[in-house]
Amino acid sequence: MAAEKAEMDALKKECDGLRTQIEAARKGVNDGNMSSAAGSATDVGRVQLKLRKSLKGHLAKIYSMHWSSDSRSMVSASQDGKLLVWDTHTGNKLVAVPLKSAWVMSVAFAPSGNLVASGGLDNMCTVSNIKAASPKTLRELDAHTGYLSCCRFLSDTEILTASGDTTCCLWDLETGKQKIIFTNHIGDCMSLALSTDENTFVSGACDSLAKLWDLREGTCKQTFSGHTSDINFFPNGNAFVTGSDDCTCKMYDLRSDQEVITYQDASLNAGVTSLTLSNSGRLIFAGYDDFNCHIWDSLKGEKVGVLSGHDNRVSCTGVPADGMGVCTGSWDSFLKLWN
Amino acid sequence: MSSKMQSSSSMAQARLMVQQLRMEARFEGIKVSKASSDLMRYCGEHAKNEPLLMGIPTSENPFKDKKPCTVL
Repeated sequence: MAAEKAEMDALKKECDGLRTQIEAARKGVNDGNMSSAAGSATDVGRVQLKLRKSLKGHLAKIYSMHWSSDSRSMVSASQDGKLLVWDTHTGNKLVAVPLKSAWVMSVAFAPSGNLVASGGLDNMCTVSNIKAASPKTLRELDAHTGYLSCCRFLSDTEILTASGDTTCCLWDLETGKQKIIFTNHIGDCMSLALSTDENTFVSGACDSLAKLWDLREGTCKQTFSGHTSDINFFPNGNAFVTGSDDCTCKMYDLRSDQEVITYQDASLNAGVTSLTLSNSGRLIFAGYDDFNCHIWDSLKGEKVGVLSGHDNRVSCTGVPADGMGVCTGSWDSFLKLWN
Repeated sequence: MSSKMQSSSSMAQARLMVQQLRMEARFEGIKVSKASSDLMRYCGEHAKNEPLLMGIPTSENPFKDKKPCTVL
């Protein structure tokens, strides 16, 4: 017993020492922050986007949406128990996928456009083929012991999930089995984002940490502290942004291993539910509990616009691959397209 | 879980945490000023292709409602 206690104490001491070392290394390269560096960047001015379409069809709160890689189709998930696939150019509904469990929290479109995945309080990720004559369930990925908070396809044969059971998981869709389980978080995983090179991904969790993972080796490469909720990569893959219920967003740079800027405003007292970046990375579209989507200049850290029109919390946001607009989804059951 | 199992699993967790922190402590970061200027450069290079910054001509706007035309 004494030997065990001695080892535990030694381990704790080493942990504390390593944490201090990591913080010192971060301070050592912290020679300024992004907003001071961005003084020389051109101003974006006021970003005024117009509401182009309101997509009406869901009968309850919308929790998640995801663009297809064709920048035209988009899938949304609502706790009315349905996924809807939309043609955003016409506003028409293309496919309705009934869900076994209405408590959906996340939806994703496969890059091929053939499959969609969804899941939530049922702890499962259900993959459906939407190109069949009527939507067909392909797989029910059932191994998480907590809710499914986020899912993202790598291809038609692999999908990544984040769960309230504190793990993320890479699944083989051909066998329906887990390939790699990513364990290191000590709180519910809330969100994940794939890097464009598809070798890494970042996850955000309720332990207030964001982690960078090697997709193939299953290891956690870097850990960033301070934030949770939604997470998304900056387009060049060297940074990511997070939004939190503490009402702020933050950008972290992978190469300097730390936060480089915080997006906050004294007048904003609502939690951030979701965020996405424009194609150049200059604009951040963040959905808040105050029913708005606020637009931030990612470099200067200033609010440059707002998308107002929803009658309830904005729960999800997304910019299509061609960058031609922003979609916001809300608990008011509507999706809105702006540009 | 018996207390012996509990203590051995927290021991295992502590060992894993030390391993993880040792690995993370080996990371060599670049200066924040360099990281910031690289991000700024990326934004600058892509700004001119950014429809949400440059504006979208009405005729090319995929989301704009198309009004029916009447031939007079």
